Amino acid sequence: MLHIPCPYCGPRDETEFHYGSEAHVAYPEDSANLTDEEWAKFVFIRSNPKGWMAERWVHSAGCRRWFNVWRNTINHEFGPSYKPFTQQPKSPA
Amino acid sequence: MANMTRRRTVELPDHPDFLWVADQKPKKSYDVIIIGAGGHGLATAYYLAKNHGITNVAVIEKGWLAGGNMGRNTTIIRSNYLWDESAGIYDHSLKLWENLEEEVGYEMFFSQRGVMTLAHSVSDVRSKQRNFYANHVNAVDSVWLTPEEVKEIAPIVNISEDIRYPVMGATFQPRGGIAKHDWVAWGYAKAAADLGVDIIQNCEVTGFKIVDGKVQGIKTTQGDIAANKVGMVAAGHTSVLANMAGFDVPLQSRPLQALVSELNEQVLDTVIMSGAVHVYVSQAHKGELVMGAGTDSYNSYAQRGGFHVIEHQLAAACELFPIFERAHMLRTWGGIVDIAPDASPIIGLTPVENLFINSGWGTGGFKATPGSGWVMAATIANGEPDALAKPYALDRFISGHLIDEHGAAGVAH
Repeated sequence: MLHIPCPYCGPRDETEFHYGSEAHVAYPEDSANLTDEEWAKFVFIRSNPKGWMAERWVHSAGCRRWFNVWRNTINHEFGPSYKPFTQQPKSPA
Repeated sequence: MANMTRRRTVELPDHPDFLWVADQKPKKSYDVIIIGAGGHGLATAYYLAKNHGITNVAVIEKGWLAGGNMGRNTTIIRSNYLWDESAGIYDHSLKLWENLEEEVGYEMFFSQRGVMTLAHSVSDVRSKQRNFYANHVNAVDSVWLTPEEVKEIAPIVNISEDIRYPVMGATFQPRGGIAKHDWVAWGYAKAAADLGVDIIQNCEVTGFKIVDGKVQGIKTTQGDIAANKVGMVAAGHTSVLANMAGFDVPLQSRPLQALVSELNEQVLDTVIMSGAVHVYVSQAHKGELVMGAGTDSYNSYAQRGGFHVIEHQLAAACELFPIFERAHMLRTWGGIVDIAPDASPIIGLTPVENLFINSGWGTGGFKATPGSGWVMAATIANGEPDALAKPYALDRFISGHLIDEHGAAGVAH
């Protein structure tokens, strides 16, 4: 089980959280004029890196707040976690 | 259902010696390179040689043959998906399974013991019945069972009305079943090698040689290898390869865990799945109970998952099959599955000319091994999508013609 560093509560068991996939996927600007290809990219394409990944989690059974965290998909090691709308720490890589 | 008599434990034949050249080194060039010596990659190579006469083929594997998901799955075979496109490819695959051992001349322990999918609520019954009728329309064998009929086929199922998830009915595909996954891989490897295919293990792809948008070969840890055409059949690592070739794919790689018990007397001679309580189980020929869990929630390449996922799965299993409470679990393992947004595979051309993709089989690729190899071989040989593969092209995510099999793929791997 992962031990996930919630930036509000500190490290807690994985079963208290739900996964929110890749972080920093912004709704497209000028959405009225997007092509089908651009919509497909926004709706369906998410990065799937082997290595460090910035991702979202929600502390459902804790503070119930969303946050972002760096995690390594090779060995499940966590990097820094950070609150939304704050400066993203550098990738630990 | 007349053949549903109890099976006794069977002895497996000795492990095979040399079926292919174990330390094969790559040649300078090939007509076709397949990346990934799992079931689908080996099947692709076999059908390239067998159906299309293309034998100057290499299957490149970063680890060892069938060391990924092909050696890490619960071996369930069925074709009772919801949509027409799925009936097309999965039932073609099942038909190939029915003659496969004879065709390749190798034992695979293919056993059509039936696959049962339980329904536990009124809405579950409705959706399973919809699936059952859809199967009939597509000429895929399917039977609707009452709880009593479930009990008749599998006496160890608890059909009490007083449990958290009572059994309210089930769909049953009598032609479904299991096969022994290692032997399937070995059978395809042997048959492909006999036809002249090179199987190169411990050879990791590190890049592609692409000139003017056309693939010319691959770079590997054993040097550069030229090729006219390249097929990516790399399951959980497809995104990594696609990024090397300069494009994105709508896939996420997640751990999917499974587990086996110690050897037991034969108590279950069919395959039972339940989406609602999240369990699927069969009993292997030697007597192990083989069970699968759901995917872990997060992206990973680590080939392991959380124990709480196993715990959750076993709790459900023990309620449905009270006899399992005393079974000792021997080991668990995880594979990395590549999941597409609509839980259907991605097969066909890519933005790079002569580079082909076969991926996105997610949590249920084993059953499709023959069909997947068949359509991938045809797609590579002809340079255009095979008719059965056409709906599964990458561009469906632009056109919106998704093949949503979350319901039928669900836990039913």
